[in-house]
Amino acid sequence: MSDNSNVILEVQNLKKYFPVKSGFKKLTLKAVDGVSFTINRGETLGLVGESGCGKTTVGRTLLQLYKPTDGKVIFEGQEVTDKNINEMRKKMQMVFQDPYSSLNPRMTVEDIIGEPLDVHKLYSNRSERREKILSLMELVGLNAEHATRYAHEFSGGQRQRIGIARALAVRPDFIVCDEPVSALDVSIQAQIINMFEELQAKLGLSYLFIAHDLLVVQHISKRIAVMYLGKLVEIGDADEVCNSPIHPYSISLLSAVPIPDPKLERSRQRIVLEGDVPSPLAMPEGCPFRTRCKYATEKCDKEMPPLTDRGNGHFAACHNK
Amino acid sequence: MKEILLRVDDLHTTFKTDKGEVQAVNGLSFDLHAGEILGIVGESGSGKSVTAYSIMQILADNGSVKSGKVLYKGQNILEYSADEMRKFRGKCCSIIFQDPMTSLNPVFTIGNQLKEAIKLHTDKKGKELHARAIEMLELVGINEPERRLKQYPFELSGGMRQRVMIAMALACEPDVLIADEPTTALDVTIQAQILEEIQKLQKKMGMAVILVTHDLGVIANMCDDIIVMYGGKVCERGTADEIFYNSKHEYTKGLLKSIPNTTNMNQKLEPIAGTPINLLNLPKGCSFCTRCKNAMKICLTEPPEELFINDNHIASCWMNVKEALEEMSENPEVQ
Repeated sequence: MSDNSNVILEVQNLKKYFPVKSGFKKLTLKAVDGVSFTINRGETLGLVGESGCGKTTVGRTLLQLYKPTDGKVIFEGQEVTDKNINEMRKKMQMVFQDPYSSLNPRMTVEDIIGEPLDVHKLYSNRSERREKILSLMELVGLNAEHATRYAHEFSGGQRQRIGIARALAVRPDFIVCDEPVSALDVSIQAQIINMFEELQAKLGLSYLFIAHDLLVVQHISKRIAVMYLGKLVEIGDADEVCNSPIHPYSISLLSAVPIPDPKLERSRQRIVLEGDVPSPLAMPEGCPFRTRCKYATEKCDKEMPPLTDRGNGHFAACHNK
Repeated sequence: MKEILLRVDDLHTTFKTDKGEVQAVNGLSFDLHAGEILGIVGESGSGKSVTAYSIMQILADNGSVKSGKVLYKGQNILEYSADEMRKFRGKCCSIIFQDPMTSLNPVFTIGNQLKEAIKLHTDKKGKELHARAIEMLELVGINEPERRLKQYPFELSGGMRQRVMIAMALACEPDVLIADEPTTALDVTIQAQILEEIQKLQKKMGMAVILVTHDLGVIANMCDDIIVMYGGKVCERGTADEIFYNSKHEYTKGLLKSIPNTTNMNQKLEPIAGTPINLLNLPKGCSFCTRCKNAMKICLTEPPEELFINDNHIASCWMNVKEALEEMSENPEVQ
């Protein structure tokens, strides 16, 4: 991919398995199964896939909210482990999906945004703390008089702004955004998307932007990674992945996205996938997508295709395409 | 012109709450023609679901239709007795809800619930009933229907459950199907399956569909006619092409600019300023005036009239009057 000095985060063969009890049987749920990618400084990597494909687990495992089963996360040349994670979280932060449940209802906005400052002891006196909080609130477009209010007094969009201010409190270089706009109304989504883009330009942030809305991801991301059942099936430049996808799953996923343009919609050929995503508890052998893929051959039953370079940093994992 | 199946005339629906009366729908009127797919689009709180519930008369206890008419084939169904209404639901007009996870009863099998719907409206019994249930499951594209009839809702995936809901809704061949955000809880690939299924069934059975959604992509893909709602009122109504390419209401224009599209990928999105409307305290004039960047003095005081743009297009926005007046003053001879 690109030269190493520019890479802020490198993920190597990340795995996260969850033990599941089903009656007397003990099963393993392979939520993330050998995912590798890098994110460059100041870049947004979009991560897309259907529910249950492991995209949120990837985001959480990066920050050690889940302990990885295997694999490495290297941030700015240093491996992230459970020992140094407190230090690391000064540089890596997260914005959560649900602005209703991710803010403590008993805390005022000031305390919510101030908590990371308290945890990491980033101020020397009360007035400095207050100053920092107010400047963070201004950064995300909240009024200073909101500081003493509680989360329930705000609308969804404003709550998400509080969540973003909290993530920015420690001045991180990298933020995992886990579906940050999917709980918001369409007319508010654009406000938050624009804010993410402005903050990136102002503070030089890098994002891992997890979402299921492909048009939103395409808009905000420089590169896009597509996941299916815990595995990366395609990764590359955003426009290239969206305009000329290679993997049969990406092709059908993109063709399933309704585009707000009636003329275009009428002329589009939709590839509707048959059936549902297989249960991650009973993952098919070989390529996980073969049960729904019309190009599947015998080779796909046995071997998981590796991600191979298709030029211009565009990688795809398919035997036949 | 096709037959008008359902006419909603100046509908007002309110909910009593501790904080006051919430005016969810404020004078909504529209016609639904036989065999058309009508999309109702708007953000949360715009009154789109409440409109659907008002037609079906399944409002929550604190909600009531204050005034207005809902005419089904000329008869005002708001005057129906509870018994007549029960016959109307399912037989004449059915509804599919947003969340397939919670709209099926978890303690009864799929077959039990599906057969109940058929039994209520037809005199099918025994084998005939069973055959009809199987036929319906096949119609909505569920494999192994015999086995599915014996299963409980938790054994099926989200997409499957929504298909069962559709089968239940269509079992008595209603003239009108109301789909209230039928795919919001589903993944895109499953959404594509369900939407295709609804389209196919609509063609096959010739029913009219009211599709309620917040997703402009889904609307563009499915609908002949579109109603854009804001603050419990119709902002704009017209054919899909008119709404998307010739929008005449500031809210619709703003909405279209604020969503990522294939054409604005490398541009900044233009968000609609402000926050969604507070239904407890509606503005006096146009309900969108507090967020509209072109709002004029008249917008604050006078609610806009419905203006006829062309045969296929109606919009309620004072900007159109202003533009028309400007045009007239530029070429006085056109008058």
